[in-house]
Amino acid sequence: MGPYAVRRVLQFIPVLIGTLFLLHYMTVLSFQINGNPVRALFGDRQPPPETIAALTRAFGLDDPCLEQTGNPCIGMFVERMTGYFGGDFGVDFNQQPVVDLIKRAAPVTLRLTLLAIVFESVVGILAGVLAGLRKDRFADNFVRVVTVLAISVPIFVLGVLTQIVFGLYVGNWVRDRGAPDWVQAIFSVSYQSDFPWASLVIPAMVLGATTLGVVARMTRTGLIESLRSDYVRTGKAKGLKSRRIVGIHALRNCLIPVITLIGIDIGTLMAGAIVTEGIFNIPGIGGLVYRAAVTGETAIIMAVVPLLVLVYLVASLLVDLLYAVLDPRIRYG
Amino acid sequence: MGSTSPATEDPGAVPTGTPARGPSASGSIWKDAGRQLIRNPVFIVCSLIVLVVVSWALFPTLWTDKGKLECDININRTPPSWFPGTPPPGYDTDLDGYPLGTTTLGCDMYSQLIWGARPSIVVAVVVTALTALIGTTLGLWAGYYGGRVDTVISRVTDIFLGLPFLLGALLFLALLKSQSIWAVILVLVVLGWTQMARIVRGTALSLRDQDFVEAARAMGATNHRIILRHILPNALAPIIVLCTIYIGSFIAAEATLTFLGVGLKPPEVSWGITIAQGQAFAVAGFPHLLVFPCTVLVVTVLSFILMGDALRDALDPKGR
Repeated sequence: MGPYAVRRVLQFIPVLIGTLFLLHYMTVLSFQINGNPVRALFGDRQPPPETIAALTRAFGLDDPCLEQTGNPCIGMFVERMTGYFGGDFGVDFNQQPVVDLIKRAAPVTLRLTLLAIVFESVVGILAGVLAGLRKDRFADNFVRVVTVLAISVPIFVLGVLTQIVFGLYVGNWVRDRGAPDWVQAIFSVSYQSDFPWASLVIPAMVLGATTLGVVARMTRTGLIESLRSDYVRTGKAKGLKSRRIVGIHALRNCLIPVITLIGIDIGTLMAGAIVTEGIFNIPGIGGLVYRAAVTGETAIIMAVVPLLVLVYLVASLLVDLLYAVLDPRIRYG
Repeated sequence: MGSTSPATEDPGAVPTGTPARGPSASGSIWKDAGRQLIRNPVFIVCSLIVLVVVSWALFPTLWTDKGKLECDININRTPPSWFPGTPPPGYDTDLDGYPLGTTTLGCDMYSQLIWGARPSIVVAVVVTALTALIGTTLGLWAGYYGGRVDTVISRVTDIFLGLPFLLGALLFLALLKSQSIWAVILVLVVLGWTQMARIVRGTALSLRDQDFVEAARAMGATNHRIILRHILPNALAPIIVLCTIYIGSFIAAEATLTFLGVGLKPPEVSWGITIAQGQAFAVAGFPHLLVFPCTVLVVTVLSFILMGDALRDALDPKGR
């Protein structure tokens, strides 16, 4: 397993450099076509040209290649990469070091993603098992309808509707009855830094809903298939309890693809966090990327997006390694 | 495996191929699928909904006599009289001719929903057509020829797979700074063709070594002809299923990007814009600003996706 992991980690390098260069080229092109983002900082006020020139120089955006449309500005890219290797990730338009911004935002998004993963895997697998065991009965049909809804409702629609129903109506009802503070925090319309976990529960459910649907459906199909298999019949013939047959024999075999899905899905969760964090006012990575993208803050985009890609790569590597643990038939040479 | 099909192991048996059970027995796969779909209530309901929404997009004036930008800011955010809940003080709910109330900017909610169908449908249909064209061409190429063509195409799809769709689209659009319908289409096509290419490649790969392709090759058919006449018709079923589902998901994607403020923007009328404008006020006591546009959006997306599911079940011979 060791050499395999090393080889996979080495493969990260070209992908990351490719992503970084793609992002660099996109931001450079945007500068060349749409003009200096520093100018937009002043809104409709007219700053003296010296101010703009000074700020542009301060942000390292005064390279002459930015005047030539289509020029990939290799020099700027190399400069930025040398900075990255020296631990210098630049500053945003408010002179805040990007590393500090990430440090402040990452724990929030990490909590949100963690809650979402727990929610989608626990509820998704339970719902899938329930539906698989009671195939074509009420529970099965119910789970199937709900999962189709969860998969096809866009996450922002789910977010705004949940915000109204749980944040506003249920929330007001709970507040009227003087429920404890943490219950009030769960049913609030926005993030509250006093309750860093409780106020993220509902946003996490919104974030995990799409994958929950897929997880439940995959578990259901897998369970139905493995309940028909020979080893389950053998188990029954041996007189094993049905709980053991389902839990140990059937479920463990059909969970392998589900775990892959959850692992790979971390990337989607990070992107979905842009929407969820926007709706519920959560100061996380998603909000950071969104703000940076809209204002054209290259320093943030260039640092955060490759970080997200790296998280995705590491997650998929871990999933592949976990595969060998879960399924002894798989070996990595 | 062996016990279920003893006949095929008999050396004297006729090898099962297409001519044995030809069209004469039960018609083509398309006819069978059609017969099955007509009897599927979910499919019928969904296709009726799709027809209605498409007619909103094509002929909005058939459904509403109010103009696209015919709004009166004095009556903004008015909930319809039948809507549950008490409106905030100062809001008159007895407006005539506004069955679904008014929007954040005082336009008729009902006619805004009708007018809003066009950009969504245009984006979704154009993007789906282009992704299908690019994805099918490259997928067939990669799957049929293999080798270096395949390597290049597969590596390119790999890069796109690492970047989450929504994040990529947001970045592209934000940096493009052009909020036109064409920018949205361009970005969705650039990010969307890879999945189609992957699936078509898989199908082409499995068809490449089938007997009927060998036979065609033995008869001297060119690669071009084999791809167009033999591989493509057999790969068509999954492509059509995927396209139906894609239309639904691209409608959702367009609305999401518009909601985030990087897609379409106001003089244009679209469901995403109506939802984005209503979001701030919905929490302040005007839930109808969200409920109506969200319902229309969800029902439309759901109809396309369920239609695709029904098509897949009907076209999959294993499911019978």
